[in-house]
Amino acid sequence: MKLSVMLEQLSTGMLKSMSIFFLTLIFSLPLGLLISFGRMSKNKILRTIMKVYISIMRGTPLMLQLLVVYFGPYYLFGMQIGGTYRFTAIILGFSLNYAAYFAEIYRSGIESMPVGQYEAARVLGYGKMQCFFCIIFPQVVKRILPSITNEVITLVKDTSLSFSLAYAEMFTIAKQIAAAQTTFVPFVVAAIFYYVFNLVVAVAMERIEKKLSYYH
Amino acid sequence: MKLLEMNHIKKEFDGLGVIHDISLSVDEGEILSIIGPSGSGKSTLLRCATMLEQIDGGEILYMGERAAYVDADGTRVYPKGEQAKKIHSYFGLVFQNFNLFPHYSVMKNITDAPIRIQKRGKEEVYREARELLAKMGLSDKENAYPCQLSGGQCQRVAIARALALNPKILFFDEPTSALDPELTGEVLKVIRSLAELNITMVIVTHEMSFARDISDRVIFMDKGVVALEGKPDEVFDADHARIREFLGKIQER
Repeated sequence: MKLSVMLEQLSTGMLKSMSIFFLTLIFSLPLGLLISFGRMSKNKILRTIMKVYISIMRGTPLMLQLLVVYFGPYYLFGMQIGGTYRFTAIILGFSLNYAAYFAEIYRSGIESMPVGQYEAARVLGYGKMQCFFCIIFPQVVKRILPSITNEVITLVKDTSLSFSLAYAEMFTIAKQIAAAQTTFVPFVVAAIFYYVFNLVVAVAMERIEKKLSYYH
Repeated sequence: MKLLEMNHIKKEFDGLGVIHDISLSVDEGEILSIIGPSGSGKSTLLRCATMLEQIDGGEILYMGERAAYVDADGTRVYPKGEQAKKIHSYFGLVFQNFNLFPHYSVMKNITDAPIRIQKRGKEEVYREARELLAKMGLSDKENAYPCQLSGGQCQRVAIARALALNPKILFFDEPTSALDPELTGEVLKVIRSLAELNITMVIVTHEMSFARDISDRVIFMDKGVVALEGKPDEVFDADHARIREFLGKIQER
């Protein structure tokens, strides 16, 4: 197999890996915030449900969760799987899992906020939502950014777990080519891809951190 | 007219009484200082008046309107929605540790609430904010962030922030207690200048000579009750065992 053909096949995989990455972030970051609200809710039932949810999501392997999300509907409801559902299941599985981690990060940030910020906002007449989104949340983002960066970097590498559902992203294709052609080259390309991708992620996150360093 | 009336206020934390049946009122243009040893309930009283704490008994009236009360069967009734907004607009509070918003510039700290909450015109709010900053001696700091300011400057911004909403009554919760001694003076000077503008103020403070000097009336609180109340001279020179002991302790420092 020519290197150019191999790279062409791998590059379609790269695009798919990247779409898993971005879609997961788009869904899991807001979902995580909602879960953290539930986790901190005054309602004991809601709080307990979210606690159990986070515990399960963090306590079982992501690969297993992907398999459950993909095959579960077939075994439970006899639903037809395969086709486009494969990609849906991957995004769903990743988003549900990462949202649990993000929820705990949000919680750590929100709970670290001094109560005086809420009180000042309240006395100045800010409503609950205004207080959270104008005063609290921007400060929380600054506080939790390093932890978020950690998760985001892990996510780049975790996208390779999609091979367990035989979805043709970067790592799945690399494995297939390596097995068929008995060559090590695709793995080298894959390694470089993940590393460079993460380098870009790290630099981007560092930029955001710097942008927010105008106050402390 | 009475701007604020607090009648038979009770407050407890975990069953422990902090305020026992306190009544007070504040007239328009009046400056009331509340002094007393720590743990006597001064700050709690202020936090009840500003609704940061909910009362366990009594009633609070702003502008003669009943704002919050506890009814006969012990249920707290607090205003909601528009009514709450209206009552909150009557008062401002300056905190001991400023509680400025660190991610906002000085200007934004002052102008955000008038623009976002009171929906007033940006231009007018900015003009007023600049006037306030000039009054506070901080004209050159409008684009600075709180972390670039000294404690005294932060507290002056916090005072400007409270004033920008044009409250009828301004509460100060130990406004100089978190400041270095050399920065205390600049904040007290600003509060004095407000007194000259006839702004109604309630000040919880440990600065005795300041309280004596600036106040129309002084309340001495002790163990959750008003132990003494009157004109500054009457309170500070009273032949009352607890206040003599309290003032004596302060002078020892």
